[in-house]
Amino acid sequence: MADNVKPRVKVPKSAKAGEAIVLKTLISHPMESGQRKDKEGAVIPRSIINRFTCDFNGKNVIDATLEPAISTNPYIEFEAVVPEAGEFKFTWYDDDGSVYEESKSIEIA
Amino acid sequence: MKPRRIKTALAATALFGLALTGMAIADPVDDKLVIDGVEIKTTAEAPAHLDGALPELISGWHFRDTETRAMQADDFDNPGMIFVDRGLDTWNAVDGTEGKSCASCHEGPESMAGLRPVIPRVDAETGKLMNIEAYVNNCRTTRMGAEAWNPKGGDMTDMMALISLQSRGELVNVAIDGPAAPFYELGKEIYYTRYGQLELSCANCHEDNNGNYIRSDHLSQGHTNGFPLYRLKDAGLVTAQGRFVGCVRDTRAETFAIGSDEFNALELYVASRGNGLAVEGVGVRH
Repeated sequence: MADNVKPRVKVPKSAKAGEAIVLKTLISHPMESGQRKDKEGAVIPRSIINRFTCDFNGKNVIDATLEPAISTNPYIEFEAVVPEAGEFKFTWYDDDGSVYEESKSIEIA
Repeated sequence: MKPRRIKTALAATALFGLALTGMAIADPVDDKLVIDGVEIKTTAEAPAHLDGALPELISGWHFRDTETRAMQADDFDNPGMIFVDRGLDTWNAVDGTEGKSCASCHEGPESMAGLRPVIPRVDAETGKLMNIEAYVNNCRTTRMGAEAWNPKGGDMTDMMALISLQSRGELVNVAIDGPAAPFYELGKEIYYTRYGQLELSCANCHEDNNGNYIRSDHLSQGHTNGFPLYRLKDAGLVTAQGRFVGCVRDTRAETFAIGSDEFNALELYVASRGNGLAVEGVGVRH
């Protein structure tokens, strides 16, 4: 696992039913592209987050494929409609097989 | 924003020609930094000891683009805050032979409030000029039985971000008299000494030319109140001394080492030039 990976998400505490809300996510990750070389000229192996998903109460909201050109500490912002109270679950998939998870609940105001 | 600025500059040059040389075309932007409803003091009256060297103190935040300024105004959009979260994990993690974490002695990181504005300072016990890196490593080696961290490594910058954030909004107020006086004098001498093949002193850029462009970037007054800060170019945290290395290197000089007596003194002197500006916790710059 890449060192010191830390996810961070921002979800409003409450929303109106049917309202589109903005979700912001950030994860600290080097996103090593696999195209750089070290001082000895050896290729530094690729190590990136290759997939990001968000589910709301078990239903998929977004499923994104991340490519090596995405820079360090990827920030992903998107909108979702909230039909009911529940929990957003965020998942990041690392090249090395690690999975980082974070969840936030939201209420209906 | 940018294309308009260039157009204005070109038009002005066409009108006044060389008469404009030396006039600032990248003046700091008039704006207010408000984070979570709290205004952070980003301009201040210059302290008396500067003797008129700067007409007014202006944080580097004012010299950056609209998007960069907005990023710092929101604690989620500020990419530096993720390192604060990481620092908090480290704060609570046991390390070293004594089986202690930072929290074992200091409890919550809130106990560090008020430290950042007065750093660097001469430590009453050792008589040495200490910055946050020195205090953290002193704790690690003498109390925790752990290895000292690299002063610009990730663990250290995360911890510095966490500690600085506790004093966000408090005004920088480093002591320059008494035991700090010789360090202040040394720092001042370094600040005004020209280094490198380009023969540039700190003052040449940050005192004489703040508000002008250096190649494509604005020159600020070079205050340290925003450090450690997230630099978009580096996609990571940069410490004040890390920035000193960059600046001196750019004059094509051999730099002093991080943690050297010279850079510690310079850190004190530069901090004292910003006495009165608020600690920004984790600033964002490009």
